[in-house]
Amino acid sequence: MEENNLNEMKELIRNYVIKEYIDDDDTTITYETPLISSGYVDSFSMVSLLVFLENKFKIKIPPSKATPEAFDSVNNIVALVNQYLNK
Amino acid sequence: MYNQYQDYLRTQINEIKEAGLYKHERVIVSPQGAEITLDTGQKVLNFCANNYLGLSANAKLVEAARNALDTHGYGMSSVRFICGTGDLHKELEHKLAEFFGTEDTILYAACFDANGGVFEPLLTSEDAIISDALNHASIIDGVRLCKAQRYRYENADMEDLETQLQQAQEQRFRLVVTDGVFSMDGNVAPLDRIYELANKYDAMVMVDESHSAGVVGETGRGVTELYNLKGKIEIITGTLGKAFGGAIGGFTTGKREIIEMLRQRSRPYLFSNSIPPLVAAAGIKMVEMMTETNELQDKLHFNTKYFMEKMSKAGFDIKPTQSAICAVMLYDAKMSQEMATRLLREGIYVTGFYYPVVPKGKARIRVQLSAAHDQEHLDRAIAAFAKVGKELGILKQ
Amino acid sequence: MSYSEKTRDLYLSQLADIRNGGIFKEERFIHSSQAADIEVEFPSGSDLKKVINMCSNNYLGLSSHPDVIKAAHEGLESRGYGMSSVRFICGTQDIHRELENKVTEFLGTEDTILFPSCMDANAGVFEAILTSEDIMISDRLVHASIIDGMRLCSAQHDTFKHSSMEHLEEKLLLHSNKRLKLVITDGVFSMDGDTAKLDQMARLCEKYDALLLVDDSHATGFIGRTGRGTHELCNVMGRIDIITTTFGKALGGASGGCVSGRKEIVEMCRQKARPYLFSNTIAPVIVSGVLKVFDILSASTERRDKLEKNAAFWRKGLKDAGFILKEGNTPIVPVMLFNAKLSQDFSKELFNEGIYAIGFFFPVVPNGQARIRTQISAGHEIHHLEAALEKFIKVGKKLGILGLTKDQIIEKFGL
Ligand SMILES: Cc1ncc(COP(=O)(O)O)c(C=O)c1O
Ligand SMILES: Cc1ncc(COP(=O)(O)O)c(C=O)c1O
Repeated sequence: MEENNLNEMKELIRNYVIKEYIDDDDTTITYETPLISSGYVDSFSMVSLLVFLENKFKIKIPPSKATPEAFDSVNNIVALVNQYLNK
Repeated sequence: MYNQYQDYLRTQINEIKEAGLYKHERVIVSPQGAEITLDTGQKVLNFCANNYLGLSANAKLVEAARNALDTHGYGMSSVRFICGTGDLHKELEHKLAEFFGTEDTILYAACFDANGGVFEPLLTSEDAIISDALNHASIIDGVRLCKAQRYRYENADMEDLETQLQQAQEQRFRLVVTDGVFSMDGNVAPLDRIYELANKYDAMVMVDESHSAGVVGETGRGVTELYNLKGKIEIITGTLGKAFGGAIGGFTTGKREIIEMLRQRSRPYLFSNSIPPLVAAAGIKMVEMMTETNELQDKLHFNTKYFMEKMSKAGFDIKPTQSAICAVMLYDAKMSQEMATRLLREGIYVTGFYYPVVPKGKARIRVQLSAAHDQEHLDRAIAAFAKVGKELGILKQ
Repeated sequence: MSYSEKTRDLYLSQLADIRNGGIFKEERFIHSSQAADIEVEFPSGSDLKKVINMCSNNYLGLSSHPDVIKAAHEGLESRGYGMSSVRFICGTQDIHRELENKVTEFLGTEDTILFPSCMDANAGVFEAILTSEDIMISDRLVHASIIDGMRLCSAQHDTFKHSSMEHLEEKLLLHSNKRLKLVITDGVFSMDGDTAKLDQMARLCEKYDALLLVDDSHATGFIGRTGRGTHELCNVMGRIDIITTTFGKALGGASGGCVSGRKEIVEMCRQKARPYLFSNTIAPVIVSGVLKVFDILSASTERRDKLEKNAAFWRKGLKDAGFILKEGNTPIVPVMLFNAKLSQDFSKELFNEGIYAIGFFFPVVPNGQARIRTQISAGHEIHHLEAALEKFIKVGKKLGILGLTKDQIIEKFGL
């Protein structure tokens, strides 16, 4: 994937995460910030992220792949999405 | 929304009824004991309570509870670590550790919660839980809440346990989990061999003594006493809701650091009310009574032996065991229900169990003995069993 | 046995981490009944100290009420101590049924089922009534026991931002294709003391065809004009499908909980909820006490009225003194300190002054939102509150935080 697209995707996902999960302005979320293991996103709330990704990128991620580890940072999520985008 | 859901639920409930699995509750209007009164007015002999030591309405226990009501009030209205820890809680924890020969104890609202909250704080996805297939529902739920790898072995099957232990060698820590006494068959877990295998394959052991504490072993210390393993088992869970008075409450007792970790991290301990002081007081009394004399334990052992021998002699198919649970095998589900109904008419209260509570074709009446039963109670029950057994053609005329 | 070296060391080092992180939970031993004035042994082994309790869930002051204790005595006499059985074998007494009916009447629902605790009620209810075709949509701040219940249920789950009705609506739309939707909230949130917007939630659930479950553990008995709970406060009695609550707080504080609501849902729980089927029922002596509690509450609203007055007095006093509080209208009054260590120091200073209140910090509350949570009771007299206020002000002055804004406190103590 081209550099541009990749960055765009990262930004898109980061923005969604901030809008959906982060309430206070003091928190900064980078591409590397652990989302689930550090408590920003609880594992229950992953569903909406999953649905968002599936709708946005027109992909289907099997439930077995939607693990807390795979969702733990924007970079991880991008890697996961790319696996299914290319299929 | 509710209308549509209501229809769905009604269908489900009907299905449960049609399958003959609908659970009805019999209403008791007297204290729990050998002889109880139902709301129909009928007086019956109770052979289906977990009242193994007959302490459910014991005068000394009641008195201890009453004294605590006066000195410590009714409720704590708090979880343990905010303002829900009384001196009585601490004392009971010490007393139970002494009783089981362990290092420390942590109390829970129920053994259901003790089992529900024991695994998650201690084990991670790097570890393994190796669990007997017939373990209690609360152990299963606790395991479901924990990320450790799960292995299952067939009930009390030591070959299978060994296989599973071999397969679990990759993991960091291994914990073998078993009920001390399995509540449906009344069989005692082969803890001696479990312990040997655990040593061989470098695993820890956890025993749920809910049906064995107060019952199994010469002095009622449970299966660890029976197999001479006092102080050697890492984790023991148990209930105050059966032999130990029967009100509510559960506990985990064992290695000091494990208990300390549970106090810091175990969710049912951190997020649910502590047991009321009167329950702690009665628990303390119970341990004292069991330590002072062995009368209740002896009587229970006598009753169990007596009942099982007589029933075998009468021709019933009995599973031999060292617990106080006597499974009278009938195999046929309908027969187990018919037998229980007729026995109730004779004034004997027992429960029939059938699939899915026990395997298909293994229906039975489960009789639970108690130190509250007098020999006359036992004789009446045995006579009633014989009478109904003949009527139903189970015993030869 | 692998315990000896490796395992012990692992747990020891984890415990050391907890200690070093300053989040080790230390228990304080209470030698008296639960009440406004209690006697505490802390640290373990020290002499008893008389303190005013400002952190129990004894909202109505019934935990050691003489009538409740008397009823418990009578229960012990007439019903014995324990049942030694689960409900459906031989663990049901007539008074269990009586209590279920009383709760139903009090909450204005259709039926009720008792559990050993509300933790168990929450642990059992979801799995009993939902399957993998369904979805649970919960407020992000619901109690740990609800979270465990949801973890045990195969239905999907999603969350909405705390009390955000727009976000909830988004989620209801997002999951509109699911067979059943269950929206889940606490009635009163225990750490912040705010109340759920049940009127709007009921409307949304009706609009989007969803069921609504409310955990009213911190409300039953005192929230709403006659203390029925958050659904009374929000004027939606009869429109909540499922209420779970506890007898372990305002209602005498001994133990026990329940699921109350639609008849078929309760019936389903009786058939399927695992903690109900596989754990002992509430002991008769406790049932007798709770029955008396309901008598007391049904006879007069005196206690909840007093609680309301006490809470208002307390809130105003702290505010006027210059503390930062979480806004709310319940007897849970959090004094915000933001810094975790400050919350611990504050609590210690208070204890030395004879006031018992606990500091909470991450992970119990979000990072940077440490606080002292005070809980007011109808068992408090004005003199208790005045004395506690004086000490709060004294400690506040000593630590130099009175009148400071959030930013100033953070600047001074760090986050
Ligand atoms: C909202 C909420 N639900 C449930 C519970 C648990 O209640 P119980 O103590 O009856 O298990 C609590 C108590 O901490 C609570 O705050
Ligand atoms: C083996 C076992 N463990 C745990 C329990 C639950 O005990 P409690 O009633 O204290 O929750 C039971 C009771 O049914 C049991 O048989």
